[in-house]
Amino acid sequence: MSDYNFAYLDEQTKRMIRRAILKGLAIPGYQVPFASREMPMPYGWGTGGVQVSAATLTPDDTLKVIDQGADDTTNAVSIRKFFERTANVGTTEETSKASVIQTRHRIPEEDLREDQILVYQVPIPEPLRFLEPSEVETRKMHSLEEYGLMHVKLYEDIAQHGAIATSYAYPVKVEGRYVMDPSPIPKFDNPKMEMAAIQLFGAGREQRIYALPPYTQVVSLDFEDYPFEASKAEHACDLCAAEDSYLDEVIMDDAGGRMFVCSDTDYCASRRKAGHVGAQGTNLEEDAA
Amino acid sequence: MIEIEGLSKTFTLHNQGGVVIPVMEGGALSVARGECVGLVGTSGAGKSTLMRMIYGNYLAASGRILVDGLDVTKAEPREILALRRQTLGYVSQFLRVVPRVATLDVVAEPLLAVGVHAEAARETARGLLTRLRIPERLWSLSPTSFSGGEQQRVNIARGFAHEYPCLLLDEPTASLDAANRETVLGLIDEAKARGAAIVGIFHDEAARDRVCDHTVDVSIFTPKAA
Amino acid sequence: MTTPLLEVRDIAKFYGHRIGCDKVDFDLYPGEVMGIVGESGSGKSTLLNCLAGHLTPDAGQVRFEMRTGEMADTVTMSEPERRMLSRTDWAFVHQHARDGLRMNVSAGGNVGERLMAVGARHYGNIREEAIDWLGRVEISETRVDDRPTAFSGGMQQRLQIARNLVTGPRLVFMDEPTGGLDVSVQARLLDLLRGLVREMGLSAIIVTHDLAVVRLLADRLMVMKDGHVVESGLTDQVLDDPQHAYTQLLVSSVLQV
Repeated sequence: MSDYNFAYLDEQTKRMIRRAILKGLAIPGYQVPFASREMPMPYGWGTGGVQVSAATLTPDDTLKVIDQGADDTTNAVSIRKFFERTANVGTTEETSKASVIQTRHRIPEEDLREDQILVYQVPIPEPLRFLEPSEVETRKMHSLEEYGLMHVKLYEDIAQHGAIATSYAYPVKVEGRYVMDPSPIPKFDNPKMEMAAIQLFGAGREQRIYALPPYTQVVSLDFEDYPFEASKAEHACDLCAAEDSYLDEVIMDDAGGRMFVCSDTDYCASRRKAGHVGAQGTNLEEDAA
Repeated sequence: MIEIEGLSKTFTLHNQGGVVIPVMEGGALSVARGECVGLVGTSGAGKSTLMRMIYGNYLAASGRILVDGLDVTKAEPREILALRRQTLGYVSQFLRVVPRVATLDVVAEPLLAVGVHAEAARETARGLLTRLRIPERLWSLSPTSFSGGEQQRVNIARGFAHEYPCLLLDEPTASLDAANRETVLGLIDEAKARGAAIVGIFHDEAARDRVCDHTVDVSIFTPKAA
Repeated sequence: MTTPLLEVRDIAKFYGHRIGCDKVDFDLYPGEVMGIVGESGSGKSTLLNCLAGHLTPDAGQVRFEMRTGEMADTVTMSEPERRMLSRTDWAFVHQHARDGLRMNVSAGGNVGERLMAVGARHYGNIREEAIDWLGRVEISETRVDDRPTAFSGGMQQRLQIARNLVTGPRLVFMDEPTGGLDVSVQARLLDLLRGLVREMGLSAIIVTHDLAVVRLLADRLMVMKDGHVVESGLTDQVLDDPQHAYTQLLVSSVLQV
């Protein structure tokens, strides 16, 4: 056991954050201000998500941390180690075994369950920010449901690119009320947000928490003649042959060689374990042999 | 159509020591439908002042000016505007228009203001400009660049575009050649024939004698020994 | 008998002990254009902002005829109602186009914003309407995707007008709409505004210090000095036969050309 209080934050702070989370769950999509603490990591490295996770974790929880879908990147490894040390909780890379999943920029491919919590790291929680710089004004716009401006952004996309070019952090409307930034997940993930698990969003620098209770209606904004599309690269995973997962494009050499692989490393690995082999993949059993 | 009684007018020059200049007292005038009354009097006697008061451009100190039943001296701005739109036309000596607007549209505007369809309004405007010998190549240009005589004729065309029941004409034939003068007098005759009540100022005595049914010397309204 | 579109009763606004405007009282009827003139600091902009809901007056009422026909006091109505009015039935044309435009959004997006704000969700229709309005304010269709930063001052001002009028407002507030523009550009804008006012049957309140502008645009005039209305009436009557000392000074101070 370490000398830290469980999960680093003191109990009063966790209570304060829990109150913000409960308020967020009670008003889905509404940005609840909270007194964000200094964390032993810089802003932009998931301080919001870490504080929400800290307030959510119990000693019995099993934590999974992913960054762009991967369990093995610096950000994911650091945060996982942080909680291993400060909370002494069990950790896993398997989506199905985790009770709390902290994520940056992805939703796992595997459907989440009612006994799971997904915690998002959010850089800029205000979806209206890019067109309206005033916080006073954006809060008023939320409270009065004046969301025309959100469509101006999509209009500009179509006018400039011929299609809605926003491919991540694609704005959604929650239960027909609040317009919400889903954090920079690819729009491919947007439809998954209507899920069984609780979703919590933490923005450390901006000091905002918002939340979606299970099975909340989440609609991606669009135009009648330019409907929302959850797009992905037109490929199958080169390692596990999955056709339904979100893919990363990996440059292999300086001669134009590249491959598409699942961004969700756990999903890809479990498919390969089950014997699926992609165009550039090898059979795992043979590898081991 | 036009009934004026006990009309007086003073100018107070606040910025020149508050001097009060009485310019009219006991003004009276009556114009029936189809009648043309000429205002006469020496220069400065108040002919234009009286005309401007009828039009609501100058405020009266006392008295009343009934135009088609509306007392202009007490009317609300919007009532006067409605009167000017529907009932009371005014051909001043000077053309005052928005720069850049084509002559044809300047002439058609009074018709558009009373809801005439744009094409019909332009048709009427074309007819009047043709009668008043404004060359067609000028119709699409702004009249601000025209000669004095041309501007005067555009002004007349504009004043006669809508068939106002009352018309105020301030020197309509000044600076016109014989042929155009004849045309304008013809327009006045036609307006009288359709029942318009007209008040006019004509320095051109022959024109005055031809169209006016009688004249009123406004000098009798000039305050004595102010 | 027509009823007023706007009834303004005893509006007052104070900045501490200093008077912004006081005891302002008038009715505006449908289709009427009223000018408010006065020098800087006369309270004309304060008054305009009180009328348009940008400032809360300290006293008085601003009653507006809603589409339902009833008169509602816009000073005491709820903020959502007032903001809804300012997106639909009201328009506000700022002196500086950059105060009234989104400079980082294309011309089409600027015009379309009010449509989207009232629920338009068909891109093709929004764009078509935006292009139609650009045409009405004499901006070429080819500029629809350009940002206003690439426009001249006159074009920016015309774009601001299109953006405001696209939802068919009934009352337009204008704050020095021709200020800062070249004389030739002013004339074009004035002509455009006159045409739109007539075609759409707009009522408008125009604040300006330019007497030539009100002579061409306004039916009625209110002259303000030190926060008070010193004279009002038919525009040409006030300008040609001014009664108040201050109006006489104002009119005689205009340079003749």
